[in-house]
Amino acid sequence: MSVTTAPAGPRTLPPLGPTRKLTVPKQAERTLRNGLTVIAVRRPAVPLVEMRLWVPFGRVHLARGAMLSQTMLSGTESMTSVQIAAELQKVGGGLSAGVDPDRLMLSGAGLVTGLDRMLELLAEVLTGASYPSDEVSTERDRLVDRIQVAQSQPAHLAREALLKRIYGRHPYATQTPEPGQIQAVRPAALRTLHSERVHPTGAQLVLVGDVQPEKALDAAERALGGWSGAGRTAELPATPPLEPGPLLLVDRPGSVQSSLRIALPAVSRTDPDHAPLQLANLIFGGYFSSRWVENIREDKGYTYGPHSVIEHSVAGSVLVAAADVATEVTGPALLETTYELGRLASLPPKPEELEQARQYALGTLQLGMSTQAGLAALTSAYAGNGLRLDFLAEYAARLARASIDDVARAAARYLAPARAAIVVLGDAERITPGLAALTTVQTEQLA
Amino acid sequence: MAARRSRIPATKYPVERFTLDNGLRVVLTPDRSAPVIGVAVVYDVGIRSEPEGRTGFAHLFEHLMFQGSENLEKLAHFRHVQGAGGTFNGSTHLDYTDYFETLPSNALERALFLEADRMRGPRLTEENLRNQVDVVKEEIRVNVLNRPYGGFPWLTLPPVMFDTFPNAHDGYGSFDDLESATVADAADFFRRYYASGNAVLAVSGDIDVAEATELVTRHFGDVPARPAPQRPDFTEPDLSAERRTSYTDALAPLPAVAGAWRVPDPVTDFAGYLPYVVLAEVLTDGDASRLVERLVQRDRTVTSLGGYLGFMGDPFDVRDPTALLLQAHLPPGGDVDKVLRTIDEELDRLATDGLTDGELARTQARMATHLLRDTDAVLGRALRMAVLEQQRGEPGLLNDLPRLVGEVTEEQVRAAAATVRPERRAAIEVIAGGAR
Repeated sequence: MSVTTAPAGPRTLPPLGPTRKLTVPKQAERTLRNGLTVIAVRRPAVPLVEMRLWVPFGRVHLARGAMLSQTMLSGTESMTSVQIAAELQKVGGGLSAGVDPDRLMLSGAGLVTGLDRMLELLAEVLTGASYPSDEVSTERDRLVDRIQVAQSQPAHLAREALLKRIYGRHPYATQTPEPGQIQAVRPAALRTLHSERVHPTGAQLVLVGDVQPEKALDAAERALGGWSGAGRTAELPATPPLEPGPLLLVDRPGSVQSSLRIALPAVSRTDPDHAPLQLANLIFGGYFSSRWVENIREDKGYTYGPHSVIEHSVAGSVLVAAADVATEVTGPALLETTYELGRLASLPPKPEELEQARQYALGTLQLGMSTQAGLAALTSAYAGNGLRLDFLAEYAARLARASIDDVARAAARYLAPARAAIVVLGDAERITPGLAALTTVQTEQLA
Repeated sequence: MAARRSRIPATKYPVERFTLDNGLRVVLTPDRSAPVIGVAVVYDVGIRSEPEGRTGFAHLFEHLMFQGSENLEKLAHFRHVQGAGGTFNGSTHLDYTDYFETLPSNALERALFLEADRMRGPRLTEENLRNQVDVVKEEIRVNVLNRPYGGFPWLTLPPVMFDTFPNAHDGYGSFDDLESATVADAADFFRRYYASGNAVLAVSGDIDVAEATELVTRHFGDVPARPAPQRPDFTEPDLSAERRTSYTDALAPLPAVAGAWRVPDPVTDFAGYLPYVVLAEVLTDGDASRLVERLVQRDRTVTSLGGYLGFMGDPFDVRDPTALLLQAHLPPGGDVDKVLRTIDEELDRLATDGLTDGELARTQARMATHLLRDTDAVLGRALRMAVLEQQRGEPGLLNDLPRLVGEVTEEQVRAAAATVRPERRAAIEVIAGGAR
């Protein structure tokens, strides 16, 4: 039944116009004497500048690393936390700090007229963060509370269980410290960690916006040239190969949904398999028009937002598929998921499916580059993994030439359900029978 | 340190407006700096217009608009947008529902075709309705029922502040109401609210105005004319006594609280409304703001704090009645009364003693950054202009917002603060039921 009121016969979808070639914006790069690499990219659409500083931070003590990012902007010898924030605000700017097992990231944005001032304040923090005890104590309690809230979120708990499951003893296995570990961190430890690890060697600063790239490099050199280079670096070992095995069921009694998480092997951006794998991933579950979404959401209504994505870290890559499904259909949702993985791994995709995924992959590259913030995120992620923006053009070419055979081969190699590590967080009493009918289940209580 | 005042910059996005014979209003804003476009269609109907017994219907209907249309099967819309390299979504607000795409610019005509096709007639079938009721229930589970602080405060505070069904009900909807929705309800809703005269189309980015005008006319020109329905008056009297309530969130590990105060009409009294937008930022934007400095850093009575206008967080897309909201998360055993008292005290102090040197200017500079950053994305521009056209007939206001924010005076912010009194407050407390 349709409520259509307009007359007229069928209308046909208009064709696409000619594709605009991907052009990489104007950029400049300089490595300062202290070891800091600065990359500046021109995108003058709005009078702002985006800033991303990536400092390699592998193998850092988990709780101290988290506390360092939480308190780095809490004061210096000459400024309080309020003064730092107010001075940034004056130029429409802000700074925030975050860590993951690869890096410490300082991010910000502000009016381009304030670039020099933002860089000065960044330098002030990098060279003079003092970790005052009052502020550290306040931030310690806040972080403990935040971790406690995170630990009540199913998405966080499922993620934690998955990381442990796939990374075993690798430093990526645990990425959130326990409250007790946070409570033990003292300001002296933060000052030591800062002096050992927050240094310019191997760090990358990305500036994107309404800037002349060379002038932005000069500004960065003036402000950050004095940031001292002495310190320790640490390499992460490569991630272990993914071990398939029994489904890990984490019991969360009373859950009205089950959080289904599946890890599959993947390769780095520069691997020849990457573009075909990315296309196979899109066809499986990597975008809305994928088989998985069309099956478990649009056909069966089991879930709201299923998606799969290839995650790149410095020490390895992994493909993660995630869906939160109604408790009563947990088994059937896993069945359909395994079915779609298996179907793609054993049968080549249809040509139109591949073309659709390819256009999506190429189009979203254009979209990602069309804002200052998007360009900054991309440039920084690339730089942190040893790549530059011109790799975009190469990646686009790889996407453009991947054949059905290439994609089928990648799917067989990486998406086969036999390769999967599966974690489900949910109400074990209700979902165990459905899951156990499909695979071997190993149940664990929430820590 | 002396207060250095940054000049507030402006954008100069060109704006072309016209209205088709069927009443559809169109806004074009070209910018050829990147080969991408944003397309937004905004219908002047939202949660507030849902009939009683049909909570959640506006949002459910938004889902149905993606389920096929006059010339397109189910799933075709998604495939055609993404197969052109684009992304899409839709969202339901108190006063409007939007549908939008960002695409490489060679897909302009395709996007217009897709939006016109569903404006002429979505394919409303029993099977699709039942499927999307299930999907929406999972959406509610993942966003509200299965997580701590779900729906806080946007779903839990309106029923404290308001008395009438349109303003007070749950916009996500009850499962009972969702399950009893029928295809006939959907057809009625479409006929009534999804009229060409009740919609705005905005296109931004890499377009040629003459060509885009021609394409818009070609695809939307024969959408049957239907006038916009009369928008009901949703006005409610202001509170004259404080309202407080609380509920236990079985999953939440820590307490939280939100308070809201009515503000002037954002559309008919924009000049009166803007100082409240600035006030919210003076109070909560970053470590140098009033309430963060006091409550988080000094008193340590809260661990995080936010302040904004409108229940969904965007001050420039809401109509009356709306509110200034402050929300805070507290440490274990935190004292909500004390937090509210301190907020009152700080507002008093602001109203009495005024702002410190440079406090207003720096807040305004950062607000300008936020506004400019939001419109840097072509879609941010198209969506905002569509809503500004719909609610005010003034899409170009987007270019003026940073400047207008910058012109708000200290006197106005003080006067606004003076009205944010406990006796006009609606507040809701989350009692932690999930401490581990």
